Amino acid sequence: MSQDSVEAMGAPAVAAILRPRRQTSALGDRIVLGAFTLAAWLVLLIVVALFAALTIAAWPAIKTVGLSALHSATWDPSSGKYGLLSFIYGTLVTSAIALALAGPIGIGAALLLAEVAPRRLAGPVAMLIELLAAVPSVVFGIWGLFVLAPIMRTVVEPALSKTLGFLPLFQGYFYGVGLLTAGVLLAIMILPTVTAITRDIFEAVPRDQREAMLALGSTTWEMLTRAVIPYARSGIIGALVLALGRALGEAMAVVMVIGNKPALSLSLFSPGYTMASVLANEFTEATGQNYVAVLVGIGSLLFILSMIINVFARLLVRSVGGARQGRS
Amino acid sequence: MLAVTWLCAGTAAALLAFIVIYVVKRGAPALNPQFFTSLPTPVGITGGGVANAIVGSIEIIGMASLIAVPVGVMAGIYVALLGKGWLAEAVRFLSDVLTGVPSIAIGLFAYIIIVVPQKHFSANSAGVALSIIMLPIIVRTTEEAVRLVNPAIREGALALGIEAWKAIVLVTVPCARAGIVTGALLGVARVAGESAPLLFTAFGSQFWNIRPDSPTAALPLVVFQYSIAPYKDWQQIAWGGALTLIALVFMLNITARALFPARIVR
Repeated sequence: MSQDSVEAMGAPAVAAILRPRRQTSALGDRIVLGAFTLAAWLVLLIVVALFAALTIAAWPAIKTVGLSALHSATWDPSSGKYGLLSFIYGTLVTSAIALALAGPIGIGAALLLAEVAPRRLAGPVAMLIELLAAVPSVVFGIWGLFVLAPIMRTVVEPALSKTLGFLPLFQGYFYGVGLLTAGVLLAIMILPTVTAITRDIFEAVPRDQREAMLALGSTTWEMLTRAVIPYARSGIIGALVLALGRALGEAMAVVMVIGNKPALSLSLFSPGYTMASVLANEFTEATGQNYVAVLVGIGSLLFILSMIINVFARLLVRSVGGARQGRS
Repeated sequence: MLAVTWLCAGTAAALLAFIVIYVVKRGAPALNPQFFTSLPTPVGITGGGVANAIVGSIEIIGMASLIAVPVGVMAGIYVALLGKGWLAEAVRFLSDVLTGVPSIAIGLFAYIIIVVPQKHFSANSAGVALSIIMLPIIVRTTEEAVRLVNPAIREGALALGIEAWKAIVLVTVPCARAGIVTGALLGVARVAGESAPLLFTAFGSQFWNIRPDSPTAALPLVVFQYSIAPYKDWQQIAWGGALTLIALVFMLNITARALFPARIVR
C-alpha cells in the first residue's frame, strides 16, 4: 500500500470500526469515542451559548435605552444619558491607527520570514515575534502608561504638532495619553498577529507563481510585489481584518493609555474611550439596573462585531490557504 | 528594497527587546522574598507582597485547565480522527473564530451565567471564563499533533485486532504526547496574563481567599489595579508583578515551542 492511500484511510477507516463487529469492542468504542464526540459538541455548544447569552443579555438595554444610544455622544449614566457614539468612535479610530501602523510593518516582516530570510534565521526571528504576541496585555498597558505615554508626550506629539499641525488631527494639547497613544500601543500588540498569519498566507502561495516571475527576469523585490502579494491579496486582507478584530476587543492595555474621557474629538492627541475600555473601567462600579444593562449591551455589541469580523476574516484567510485547511 | 523587510522584522524584534528589558529593569528591584510571601499592605507600609494573588492565579488557572484540557484534547482528537461529517469542520472553524473573541466579552459571559445567578464573585466563574479562552488553543494544537502521527501505526494496531478506542487512546495519543502537552502549555500561557475576564468574575481581593466560591486575587488584576494607583510603592509592586507574568509566560511559550515546533494557532 502506498503512503497516500494509508493516510487517506485514516479517518474513514477508524470510523468504519465504529460499526460494532464484536461484542467486546462495541461498548468500549461507544463510551470512549462517544466521549470524544461529546467534547466536540461541547465546543460547539460553548460558542452557541456565548452568542445566546450575550445577545439575550443585551435585550434589556435595547428596550430601555433604545437604538438612539448609537446616535448620541453624551455618556452621563447618573442622569440617564447613555450615548455610545464616543465609544464607537474611539474604538474605530484607535483600531484604524493600529492597523495603519501594524499592517505595513507586519506584512514586511512576514515577507522576510516567508521569502527573504535564510531558513535558519527565520525560525528564531519568528520565535521572537511570537514572544511579542505572548506578552500579557496588562504588561503592555503598564509599559504603555509609564514608557510610551511620556515618549508620546515629550517627543512624538510635539513633533507631529509642529510638522503636521495644520491638520485637525494633530491639533490641540497633548497629554501623552489619548487616542494616538492607544493606537500606537494597539499597533505593537497586533503586529505579531499580522506577521504570523500573513506569513502562513505567503507560504501558501504556489511556487510556480514565484518561479514564473523570476523566469521572466524580475528581481526578488519585483517578484514579491508583483507575483506573491497580488496572489495573496485576499488572504492578506483577511489577516488585516483578523488583526483589526483583535484591536477592537483589547481592553486592558487601552484602558491604561487612552485617558478614559467619553468625548468625540477630531484631534488624535485628545483622550478618548473605547467600547472595551469603558467595560473594563466602569462595569464593577456601575449602579442601577439601566447602567449595568447598557454596559452589558456594549459588551454584546463588541462580541457580535468581533464575531462578524472574525468569521469574515477566517473565510478570507482560508480562501488563499486552500489545501492547508488545518492551519490557522 | 529587500532591506525594507529586514527593517520591519527588526522593528518587531527591537520592540520586544525594549519592552522586556524595561520590564526587567523596573520589576527586578521589586522581587524580594516578601513580594512572594506576604499579603498586600496599606499604602506607605513597607513589606507588602502579592502572595494571595499568586496563589489565586494558580488556583484559577488550575481550575480553567481542569475544564479546558480534557475537553479540548478530546475535541481535538475527534476533529483529527473521528470527524467524517460537518461537526469536525464546524469545530475547527469555530475554534479559530473563538480565538478572536475579546477576552472581556468572555468574562462578561461568565458574569452573566455564573456571577449573576450566584450573586457573588468567585474563582469558579473566573476559571470558567479562562477555560473558554484556553479551549480553542488546546483543540487546534491537539488536532495538529494527532494529525502528525503516522496513521500506519494506528492501522497496524487495528490490524492486530485491538479495539478502535484503544488504538486511539493507547497508540496514537502517546505518540502525539508532545504536541498535546504543548497545547496545554500554550493555553496556560495565554490565560496566565489575561486580566480583563477576571475583572468581573474573580474581582480581586486583599486577603487570603482560596475558597473557589469567593472573590479571589489574581496577579494580572493586581498589576492592573496597582499600576494605575498614584502610590509609588504600589506601582513598584505592579512592575514586579508584570515581570513575574512575563517571565512565566515566556518560559511556558519557549518550553512549548521546544517540545513541538510546528506553528499552529494565532
